[in-house]
Amino acid sequence: MKERFDAIVVGAGPAGTAAALTLARAGWRVLQIERGEYPGSKNVQGAILYADSLQKLIPNFREEAPLERHLVEQRLWVLDDQSYIGSTYRSPVSSDAQPDRYTILRAQFDKWFARKAQEEGVLLICETTVLDLLREGERVVGVRTDREEGEVYADVVILADGVNSVLARKAGIRPELGAGEVALGVKEVLFYPQESLEDRFGIQGEEGVAIEMVGKITRGMVGTAFLYTNKESLAVGIGCLLSDFRREKIPPYVLLARLKEHPALRPLLRDGEMKEYTAHLIPEGGYKAIPKLSGHGWLIVGDAGMFVNSVHREGSNLAMETGRIAAETVIEIKEAGKPLSEGNLRRYRQRLDQSFVMKDLRKYQHVHEVLDHNRHFLTTYPELVNRAAETLLRVDGVDKRAKEREVAQSFRKRRSYRGLLSDAVKLWRAFR
Amino acid sequence: MNDVEEKLYQNRYRLDAGRPHIRIRDPEVCQARCSAKSCAACCPAGCYTLGPEGDVTLLTDGCLECGTCRIICSEFRNVDWEYPRGGFGVLFKFG
Ligand SMILES: Cc1cc2nc3c(=O)[nH]c(=O)nc-3n(C[C@H](O)[C@H](O)[C@H](O)COP(=O)(O)OP(=O)(O)OC[C@H]3O[C@@H](n4cnc5c(N)ncnc54)[C@H](O)[C@@H]3O)c2cc1C
Ligand code: SF4
Ligand code: SF4
Repeated sequence: MKERFDAIVVGAGPAGTAAALTLARAGWRVLQIERGEYPGSKNVQGAILYADSLQKLIPNFREEAPLERHLVEQRLWVLDDQSYIGSTYRSPVSSDAQPDRYTILRAQFDKWFARKAQEEGVLLICETTVLDLLREGERVVGVRTDREEGEVYADVVILADGVNSVLARKAGIRPELGAGEVALGVKEVLFYPQESLEDRFGIQGEEGVAIEMVGKITRGMVGTAFLYTNKESLAVGIGCLLSDFRREKIPPYVLLARLKEHPALRPLLRDGEMKEYTAHLIPEGGYKAIPKLSGHGWLIVGDAGMFVNSVHREGSNLAMETGRIAAETVIEIKEAGKPLSEGNLRRYRQRLDQSFVMKDLRKYQHVHEVLDHNRHFLTTYPELVNRAAETLLRVDGVDKRAKEREVAQSFRKRRSYRGLLSDAVKLWRAFR
Repeated sequence: MNDVEEKLYQNRYRLDAGRPHIRIRDPEVCQARCSAKSCAACCPAGCYTLGPEGDVTLLTDGCLECGTCRIICSEFRNVDWEYPRGGFGVLFKFG
């Protein structure tokens, strides 16, 4: 079987499907290869879908995509051991703007999205693992799969095989991931009668809530936790840098169990029927970890290219964005009658540099270093602000000014004036 | 059944019997040279267990295919890690 295609896309996550769909629309013969039983069967996300990148590809997706709920309320909680302090934003009910954030279940979403690409003419083959890239000299000319006589050829291969990208590693395109460059996330999906779920969160119809959590729950490890509402289920999960898990030696499922037992979460989660437990890595290296993005006959997109904005927890949208831009780049080169050579494909990186993808990643490139060298942001401060709230709110006969003094002293005692000031500067620099 | 086994029990798997996709290259290294044994603490599916003699056993049946064990064994690079054959391994219903 010396089959030839115009393009081969490895992986049917958001990145691969965005690329395949864009190419097929331009009339390309595209083969998409996925190792799972169906697209999504290997994929894990929180999952919040940011609509913009999908809307560029499928403007009417709201009518047919398997969306769970659209977010009307976003909560941010800073957890101490037994308490939390937080903020809530609830969108106006009569807002005319179309919702731009939805919860999804990836196993269902990816299947739908891949079907949209198939409708455009993409040939999708599942249950097939790509083992290697085929090369002629420097040029990538196809892939070798685990099917019998499973070698296929194409003018260009798009690597959309996710964070572990076995292919990029084997081909020397990307070095092995460092434990400080990825977070390990674990997650459970718990089911409820719809009404009971809606009552717990004060929502109705299609409305949904997202709760993001930081603080002592991660035991000083760099990480966050989340609780998202789906139609009839809740997704609860926690993720921390792998290097931190290694140092602390806390099994991830133990951390998740502790999160679920926190007094603020326990009542929200009670009586849920746990139907799935998943784990997945998240690229956290940011701007500096982005590898070489293209070469003779190949491009890399999505998590495989480390495109995740961990500060804003955006990944699937960057995957779609990079997938689409990679496809548009090769279409543009082909239409100009030029070869898909290393030099011409550099255009992909240039186009990304002009997009929000690279601009955002550049903006936050120092956040992790700052947190890494200032662990007290993750432990001391959550404790201090929680205690401060407790002190200020308790009505116990102590006058308010004395309470304020007590709070100010508690901060100074733990962190000195100079420490507080330098922390403020560091945080401002990292996030500005 | 411990905690994590109970969780994994809810998942769907298609096992490739007799063809584990991950292997420990040299069990001697785990037992005699590796003191951290991070795989045992960090694997989210509890696939690595510590034996009484400091030996480490790997059973990939519950594997979630995350890649953690390969990355954290950076000192000895003692984990031979591949994806399961197409269609095999964990099959998420929700993701
Ligand atoms: C716990 C968690 C929470 C997250 N929350 C959010 C969130 O709320 N919002 C958000 O936007 N992002 C979130 N992300 C990030 C987001 O999930 C990823 O950025 C996104 O899935 C990347 O898409 P992708 O297509 O690049 O990779 P993937 O979705 O990983 O897809 C890769 C595909 O390639 C296939 N594949 C891999 N290797 C091979 C091979 N050799 N042969 C054949 N097929 C192969 C895989 O089976 C898979 O289908 C979260 C991630 C995690 C882990
Ligand atoms: S970390 Fe590596 S070398 Fe150490 S016990 Fe685990 S597999 Fe063996
Ligand atoms: S890939 Fe992940 S789940 Fe599988 S054995 Fe390694 S650490 Fe455990």
